[in-house]
Amino acid sequence: MHGTHGAGPFGRGLAWITALYLVLPILIVLPVALTDQRFLSLPHEGLSLQHFRTVLTSEEWLGSIWQSFTIALASTVLSVVAGTLCAIGCWRISRRATDLVRLLMLLPLIIPSIVYAIGLYRYFGPLDLLDRFLGVVIAHGVTGIPYVVITVSTALAAFDPRLEQAARGMGASLMQTLRWVILPRIMPGIVSGAIFAFIHSWDELVMVLFIASRDVFTLPRRIWDGINENLDPAMAAVAVLLIVFTLLLLLVDMALRRRAQ
Amino acid sequence: MTASGRASLGWWLLLLPAVALVLFFYVAPIAQVLTISFTEPEPGLGNYERLLTSEGIQRVIFTTLRICLLTTAFALLLGYAIAYAITLASPRARNWWILAVLVPLWISVLVRAFAWVTLLRRQGLVNNTLMQAGVISEPLPLVWNEFGILVGMVHYMVPFAVLPMLASMREIDMRLLAAARGLGASRGQVFRQVFLPLSMPGVIAAGVLVFIFSLGFYITPAILGGGRTLMVAEWIALQILDLIRWGLGTMMATMLVVAIMVTLLVFSRVVDLRRMFGSGGG
Repeated sequence: MHGTHGAGPFGRGLAWITALYLVLPILIVLPVALTDQRFLSLPHEGLSLQHFRTVLTSEEWLGSIWQSFTIALASTVLSVVAGTLCAIGCWRISRRATDLVRLLMLLPLIIPSIVYAIGLYRYFGPLDLLDRFLGVVIAHGVTGIPYVVITVSTALAAFDPRLEQAARGMGASLMQTLRWVILPRIMPGIVSGAIFAFIHSWDELVMVLFIASRDVFTLPRRIWDGINENLDPAMAAVAVLLIVFTLLLLLVDMALRRRAQ
Repeated sequence: MTASGRASLGWWLLLLPAVALVLFFYVAPIAQVLTISFTEPEPGLGNYERLLTSEGIQRVIFTTLRICLLTTAFALLLGYAIAYAITLASPRARNWWILAVLVPLWISVLVRAFAWVTLLRRQGLVNNTLMQAGVISEPLPLVWNEFGILVGMVHYMVPFAVLPMLASMREIDMRLLAAARGLGASRGQVFRQVFLPLSMPGVIAAGVLVFIFSLGFYITPAILGGGRTLMVAEWIALQILDLIRWGLGTMMATMLVVAIMVTLLVFSRVVDLRRMFGSGGG
């Protein structure tokens, strides 16, 4: 059908402008990170890696990167286990009976994180979870569940329920059916959900602003302080490292999807 | 218990970890927020009374609504152009267009806000370039105001607008466009009378999604507004963290949740919630 109808010059022009508006501002951080100056600017005389060196030799930045990484890893495990089991349960029990559960799982996507963050601030105090690794893992893990439920539910929609019935009919227990029949089939959906949950935690700022302060100081928190206090090229270097890391995850996700097809 | 009864109980048990986690660590803290708005500093509707009496509070609400409506309008316009281009593109070009939408969606919101600050501030790249080119003699106020917030928020929201619109455009039968062309309609007529009406469900879904995301948006407005233009989320954070006025902060948080729920309810006939978020998540 292509060629019979195409976008007009106005539509094409606007689409191009929008694409440039989306992509170009993000690319600008690369030359700024390579500047030979000590302030935020484009390179004057030559390129320099000094700002990357500053970040990669700073104990504070490395400590925050490590903290964010371990928190993201732990909360991803929490989201993936809870979310996958929930999606499978909802799928097997039928849509109708579990509508309320599905709605409950979508709540963290609908309610702004600022509302949840101030709630946690109050709720975590008496539980002694403020400024604790475990507290942040719980907060990130719970709010990561929706991503896993969505991707796993999508994977299950393409899964033939008769396979599960056949396995049960031949005497497999629930655990055996899960382990040998269902989970292998929906693995791409689970991994995709895990990547989303990981990025969600890795990038999350609003909750940490409220429930963490000194002992837990994640990467987004340090970037936030950097933007508000000292705008220097080291920030651009951090931004470039983050972009590269994100693109790598995106490539992994795309490769997995291609293999699944 | 029969074997099938035991089996179905087993399936129900799979829901347990997620439901328990969400109830204890998500619903409970939020329910507490809603309660505090009626109990602190003293029991009653005092905090809500301020909605009618405090000019400061009304100003924050109107600023937020204005910025959110503008953000939604621009995100829809720009997002529509991209979704339209993707729908009509050849398969090879389509992949590039989709990449232009998905890559920004994945990049950290902080990185994006930082990039905009670098570009838009007084000695930023945009102002410097324009000054050197002699176009302007004084730096333009591009950031730490409503303009800056709008640029950053639209940038963040366009991908969220594209996804539901794209999903709905892909269901349009392209033969209809070809048929309209064959019957002598101009390109503009085909767009206005055939394509646009058929894509409206996606536009509405995208509008609702962008609007409710914008209402509670914190990071981008806080960074690009520079504390001068306050939106609801930043105002709440200010009440809680700096002024320790829990009653007012939780009152506004409650209003935020109510506004979002009402928006969803009003559009629930047109918008399939599950599909909307499904398309966003994967």
